[in-house]
Amino acid sequence: MSRQLRLSIYCAAIFLVALLGLPLCNFLAPDFMAQRIGGFTLTWLLLGVLFFPLVWIIAAFFIRKSIDLENAEIREVTARQESPSLHR
Amino acid sequence: MKSRLVRNLPPCIAEAPPQHIPRVFTPLLFAAVDPWILACSSFTVLGTIVMGFWAAGRSRTASDFFVAGRGVSVGWNASAISGEYLSAASFMGVAGMVMSSGYDALWYPVCYACGYLFLLLFIAGPLRRFGAYTIPDFAEGRYDSPLFRRIAVVFVLFIGFFYTMPQMKGAGTTLAYIFQDITWFGRPGLPYPVGVVLVGAVITFNVALGGMKGITLVQAGQYWIKMFAIATPIFVLLSVYGGYGRQLQLNDSGASRAQIRSRETIRQALPAKAPTDATWLAPFGPLTTKAAKAAKLDAPTTRRYALLYTYSLIIALVCGTAGLPHILVRFYTNPDGVAAKRTTMWVMVLIGVFYVFPPIFGALGRNWMPELYNGLSGVKGTDGIVLRLPVILRERYGMLGSVLSGITCAGAFAAFMSTFSGLLVSMTGALAHDVYGRILRPNASAADRMRMFKWCALFIGLVAISLGTLVENFEINFMVGQAFAIAAASYFPLLFMSVWWRGMTTSGAATGMLGGGLCAVAAISLTSYTTFVSTMAGKFADRPMPDWLAWMKAHSLEAFWAAHPLQRILCEQPALWAVPLAIALMVVVSKLTARTIPTDIRMKMLVLHAPEKLGLKQEYIREHEGGH
Repeated sequence: MSRQLRLSIYCAAIFLVALLGLPLCNFLAPDFMAQRIGGFTLTWLLLGVLFFPLVWIIAAFFIRKSIDLENAEIREVTARQESPSLHR
Repeated sequence: MKSRLVRNLPPCIAEAPPQHIPRVFTPLLFAAVDPWILACSSFTVLGTIVMGFWAAGRSRTASDFFVAGRGVSVGWNASAISGEYLSAASFMGVAGMVMSSGYDALWYPVCYACGYLFLLLFIAGPLRRFGAYTIPDFAEGRYDSPLFRRIAVVFVLFIGFFYTMPQMKGAGTTLAYIFQDITWFGRPGLPYPVGVVLVGAVITFNVALGGMKGITLVQAGQYWIKMFAIATPIFVLLSVYGGYGRQLQLNDSGASRAQIRSRETIRQALPAKAPTDATWLAPFGPLTTKAAKAAKLDAPTTRRYALLYTYSLIIALVCGTAGLPHILVRFYTNPDGVAAKRTTMWVMVLIGVFYVFPPIFGALGRNWMPELYNGLSGVKGTDGIVLRLPVILRERYGMLGSVLSGITCAGAFAAFMSTFSGLLVSMTGALAHDVYGRILRPNASAADRMRMFKWCALFIGLVAISLGTLVENFEINFMVGQAFAIAAASYFPLLFMSVWWRGMTTSGAATGMLGGGLCAVAAISLTSYTTFVSTMAGKFADRPMPDWLAWMKAHSLEAFWAAHPLQRILCEQPALWAVPLAIALMVVVSKLTARTIPTDIRMKMLVLHAPEKLGLKQEYIREHEGGH
């Protein structure tokens, strides 16, 4: 549970830095965020288009790690059960 | 000319003498309606009803209804969750709000989609393992308290009604658009409330008669209708009028409007009510600075307040997604926790792809249909942009414009029908099952309960329709944001803390949820009341107000908000303080009542967090199977 929670918090932290950092960038560096890239302003491109793939990457990473953790936990428990002397 | 004359007549004459009705009403009804738009819309409505009844006939038990026997594949399930999630706010509201408010409105689609990540990281897996159908089920199972269950039910109704209002606005706007050229009792166009009542009645009867339960197949189909309906017109429009980036490029402040050319079409001048190019394209525009502008604050303070507003909005949307009652149910249709996680991944992809499109409609609308700014939030306002925009293709490609407009109308019907039906089912379930079946008459027979389900559906439908007729001048997307804020302050803290903190007690959970949730409801009601009164008063600009409205106008808090912009922002977007308040209340009260921690808390935590393959999973549902 604690390993899962740590993984969740780690992923949430990356996500929150991006999510809460973007308004702050808009606030502190308005001219930089307003530069044009292919017609878009930088901040529009980041929020309206590129934010979605970022979230997909975080989600895919989390799911892979989370399933790995779960399998590792199952292996540990079954290993303990197979050697009863170690099992309390 | 004639219609203008009719409009200027006193109401008693304009309301058409009896012999006048058949002549105007019957021959014009179909002649004036675009056949393509009518055909596409009717097809969606009938298709939804028929599919609903067909599927409802095949699922008999409570378990079938809620979780489709738990054997649904990841792809179907992800489509179904997405289909249920994409409401009128996503389909029509986001585009309308991007058109009216620009960049700031982009937070809505992004957070609607990204809120799912929070759900995935913290809530989806454990909740799936716990195996409770709904949040009230979870509340009861986690705390062994039927009383707490009833408290949780209250919020199903609160959030539900706040969420149905924008769906009704979507329905009213869509019908008013489809029938805009008919003559209704001597006045042009179908009035907004008539559309709300018509659509609301159809869906209510449909639900009351047992069609349109939360069937996976129907909801999955609805997703693909919506996706097709939003993407196809965009591809056509962008290929004719230039790409997404090109549309934004046209917003170059200072340039003379009439001379900007995109291919051979001249961009129309923006009406006076439209925000200027600079405020529209840049962050901290009209949406987030409204309160500060009304208080005439200086520019740096206005920007700081706008940043605060943005953060509060983000918290409301992200946490609210993770606490929406009608979404969580579907996680149980996954065979196991791993499938639940994979499903969430695919949901994020499906809705993420969808949410790229509505803002494009907003940008296109600003450039090519600026006249909608004049009806800013009413039926002829920006909320109708998704429906109306494809019509601009008519002048070049004739029928194609009508066909595409028909397609977006079909998508809009799919959007508000699926969401309204889903909400109606879950709210009726809460009322009939929890309030009637457990509180008022615990030993009612099954037949009594069935009958009660129908009456409750009619009652809730009626309330939702009445509320819907009042919100013509509210933006769809804004209202949904409010529902999210309430969910964020009540259900999200409950779920998050109950899943991860073993020290939570029943009193702590109940106090936090009630405290945060009710404060959010109260704060939101205050600002919505002011908006409502001022739009009502606006309708009486040229004639004397009735006494009750004059009284309300005098007590509408407008002067207070103008003097206190910060309070207004915090009331309009309460998540910034309401979510921490709820969590703080939970921690403090739980600490005070620490000796009432459930004795089997270790077991409960194991059920929530241990991998299912270890065989610890307790099917809570199986124990309570008779419950539904």
